[in-house]
This record gives sequence, C-alpha cells and structure tokens, in this order.
Amino acid sequence: MGAYSTSRILLIALGAIVLASLLPLGVSGYILGLLTIAYYFGVFAMAWDLLFGFAGEVNFGPTFLIGTGAYTAGILDNLYQPPIWICIAAGAFAAVIGGVVLALPALRVRGPYFGLTTLVAVLILQNFIVVDASLTGGEIGLTVPDVITISDARNYEIALWFMAISGAILFALARSPVGLILQASGQDAVQAGALGFNVTKHKLTAFIISAFFSGLAGAMLVFYFGSASVGTLVDITVGVQIIIAAVLGGRRTILGGVLGAVFLIAMSEALRPIGDLANFVVFAMALIVVLLFPGGLFGLLTRSRENG
Amino acid sequence: MLFWQILIDGFAISSLYALGATGFALIFGVSGVLNLSHGALMVAAVVAAWAAGDQLHAGPYAGAGLGVAVGFGATLLTYFLIVRPLQQSRKIREEEKEIFILTATLLWGIMIQELIAYLYTNNAKTVAPIVQGVVRIAGVRTPSNEIFTAVVCWLVIGVLWLLVNRTRAGKAVLAASMNPRGVTLLGIELSQIYIAVWAIYGALVGIAGVLLGMFLGVSSYSVGPLTASAFSIVVLGGLGSVSGALIAAYVVGYLETLTAYLVSPAYRTIPALLLLVAVMYVRPRGLLGRR
Repeated sequence: MGAYSTSRILLIALGAIVLASLLPLGVSGYILGLLTIAYYFGVFAMAWDLLFGFAGEVNFGPTFLIGTGAYTAGILDNLYQPPIWICIAAGAFAAVIGGVVLALPALRVRGPYFGLTTLVAVLILQNFIVVDASLTGGEIGLTVPDVITISDARNYEIALWFMAISGAILFALARSPVGLILQASGQDAVQAGALGFNVTKHKLTAFIISAFFSGLAGAMLVFYFGSASVGTLVDITVGVQIIIAAVLGGRRTILGGVLGAVFLIAMSEALRPIGDLANFVVFAMALIVVLLFPGGLFGLLTRSRENG
Repeated sequence: MLFWQILIDGFAISSLYALGATGFALIFGVSGVLNLSHGALMVAAVVAAWAAGDQLHAGPYAGAGLGVAVGFGATLLTYFLIVRPLQQSRKIREEEKEIFILTATLLWGIMIQELIAYLYTNNAKTVAPIVQGVVRIAGVRTPSNEIFTAVVCWLVIGVLWLLVNRTRAGKAVLAASMNPRGVTLLGIELSQIYIAVWAIYGALVGIAGVLLGMFLGVSSYSVGPLTASAFSIVVLGGLGSVSGALIAAYVVGYLETLTAYLVSPAYRTIPALLLLVAVMYVRPRGLLGRR
C-alpha cells in the first residue's frame, strides 16, 4: 500500500471516529454499551495484529497479557483502593512484564511451538486464578469496588478515544521503519539480522508494546464492567474471538482489528433473534471470509492488491 | 493398593491419549497441518454414538459404529471443505498458509461445538459401554471398560504400525512425511497420500472419540481441552514423530493421574503444563522431534 492509500485510510478513519463520537446523541445506552466493549476488543485485536501480523509471532494467548493487566488492576483496587488511574497503570505495567516473560520463549522457539507456549501461558494463568480464589475471586470472578463512571455516554467516549489513540499509535508504529523491520524479521529473521537489524531488540519491543496496550485495555475493561472474571477476560475462547476479529478485519492492517471486533459484536447482536444458533452463524461467516477473502474486511474495503 | 490403582488408571487414560494424539501427529508429519478442530471432531463422534443409543435406542455396537462413522465423515469433510481449499488457494502466500489453516480449523471446530450445543445442549454425554462389569486386578476394582479401552487403543495403534511399516501404501505415506518432493519424483501422487492419511486420521478420531465417550464422557466444553491436550502431547513428543507422541501420551497421562490421586484433582493438568514449558525451553523440538 502506497502513501496515497495511507492518507486515504487515515481520512476515512478520522471520519469514522467523528461519526462514532456523535452516536451518543441518538443511540440508546444499550447499543453504546455494546460498542464500548467492541472498542476495547478492537484494541486487543490491534495489539495482537502488531505481534502476529508484523512480528510474525503466532500468539494464541492474547488473553495472558490482557488477564495479567486486568487482574493486577482489579486485585490492587480490591486490596488498597488507590485512585483508579494508578490501578490501570499498574495493570499495564504488569502486562508489560508479562510480555517480556512471554517474549523469552519466542526468541528461542518458533511457529507452532511458540503458539503452544502462549496457549500454555493462558492455561497456567487460568489455573492460578481459579486455584488462588481468595485473592482473585476464583471461577466466580473478582468484583472491584470502583468503576470509571456509570454514565453510558461517558464510558462510550472514553472507550472510543482510547481506541482511537491506541489505534493511531499502533498504526503509526506499523507504518514506520520499525514496523518494516518487524515485518522483515517476522518473514526471515536470519536475513533481517544479516542486514544489520537487531531482531531480538525489535521483537522484544513489539512484545512490550503489544502487552502494554493489551494490559491497559484489559485494566480499563475491568473498571468498565466493575468486575473481572476468567470467562470474560482470560478464557481461551476470548482469545479466539480476538484472533478472529483481527483475522476477519484483515491481518497486517492494524485498523482492521477494530472493524473485525465491531463486526463480531454487531453480528452476534443482530442474530440474537435466532437464539443459540447465532454464534454458529457468526463463526460460519468468519470462516467464509477467511476461506474466500484472505485480506479480510479491511482488504475488501480498501481493495488493496497486496496479495495479488 | 494406591500404587496399582494409579498404574491401572494411568495406563487406560494414557492409552486413550496416545490413540487421540497419534492421528494428530500423523497428519502434521505428512501434510504439515495442525488441525485445531481435532477436539471438536472427537466430540462429534461421541455425540453421534450417544445420540444413537439414547435417542434412536440402538445397541452399543451400532452406536459405536455410528460414532466412528461420524468421526470419520466429519474429519474427511474438514479436509475437503477447509484444509484442501486453503492448501491449494492462490490468494494466500505460501508462508501464510499455516496460520490460515490454524485459524480456519479453529473456527470450524467452534462451529461444530456450537452446533452440538444447539442440537443436544451442553450437558455431558456418556456412551453406553460395550463391555460392562468390574474385574479385580491386584486387589483393585477395575471396570472392564477400562481394560477394553486400553486393549482397543493398542490394537488400533498396532494395526496402524503394520499399515505404515508393512504395506506399500503405508511406506509411501512414511516416505511422504520424510520428503514430500522425493515421493512425487518417484511418481506417487501426493494428493492421494494426503487423502489416505486424512482417512486414517478420521478413523482414529472416530475410534478414540467413541472410547473416550464410553470411558469418561464429554460435553461440548471438552472441545478446547481435547485439542489442547493432543497439541501438547504431540509437541512434547516432537512434532511429526508418532512414536514420540506415544511416549509423551504416557508421560502426560501418568503425570495427570499421579497429581489427581496424590495432590488434588483440581491441580490435575498443571504439572503436565509446566513440564511442557520446561521441555520447550530445554529441548524445543520435543522428546523425539526431528527438527
């Protein structure tokens, strides 16, 4: 994609954000609530895309980073009740540490092996949360005493601007020389190293940035829900939904993750009348997109000729 | 007493793990596909066998037969509907096909899971065992079904071994797993080998699924854990190595049984996960991995 399409994408994205920021004027609180969740999931998907799409790391465990951030923030708030922003910052910091821990095997093992390591990381975190119930609330979940705000419109705005800013930073990073080097080391680490780039340093950076945004969004989501539970933040099915959102939206596009997340949530809401079968239809549609349009929704919209 | 109990229970569970993971290892070794719908296919076989007995009032043999048939059919459907179109797609770059197959099979597995939950609810389903009753081995009351499970698993693995090592078609499969290009140079159609391997995998999935349904029972929630356990056993043994997967199945099976009996069933899966992480740090290619 050339510079022309980049500026056009930014223009469209800006328009979409302006439109989205007008929504609270005419839309019910229920729909705003759905979109709020979709925006946070969009951040998860974008952070995942940076690691997978650019650095080429098959990360099956985005929820390891999200869960680390979310539970750190929640537990801290439960124990000491510092101001919320301190909890959220602590969550993001803990997720960054989690990202470094996760990066260590990634520098040693590749492909499916690394994918499994990330899967195991999620399972271990999940087991820890369930077993250590006195601190984490176990399978029932952790209720936090504070929320950011109870106003639907306010929560919506916070989520929207958080998503927009995160998206802008991740997008800029992906289009910068750093993004190019990441892409090169993802496709051929040996050659990228031979060209004089420090592959290890760049990959570690990618992990830290991805972890930072995942943990930040996870911690904010805790203070939106007023609770944290394994089923909503850590379980592998949550991770799968994030991956689906990113792939559905279009890999290596960053912004596609938001499209995918909004699409997933909108579809499962629109299909609510058909009851339990709704999920089946949503996943079937996702599968059709993956099979027939490998560029994803973003690829369809921008009609990029990337893969020929 | 406890020693024998762990030995017997662990053996039965490990045999089942071994059978479940063998097919998974086989298709990775030959065609490089990690099938993340593995657990869903097994659950589909169990639910079919359960429905045959519970709703159609079929006998245990007919039910088991139907379960194996459904597992077999669903696996071949996975290949022709999902895996092959992706492998042959021109829109996707060669190095990205692996991740597309991972994502697509993952989605496909969740679809099967949702469909089963929709049609037959999330309740756990147990298939009526073919063999009933209890025998005493070394003072331990053991359900005959447990012995039956272990025997069938090893019979099937034995037949598979003979098939791969002693028949012409099997040797072609083995050769394809070592060097696909070499096999095509010898004039053997690679796509035929893929179909044969997926057919074998389908039969293994069906049999392992039905045995699992008789032994432990499953629900639609078992889909993820079943895939994860097959995946971790195969990685522990070394991707693509069937004998590695067999050994790893016993390591994982006994580790889980030991933890469940000696520590607490709540911690059952944790030591195996930690072992997996340790093995990947120290020896990333697994116990018997080639690469």
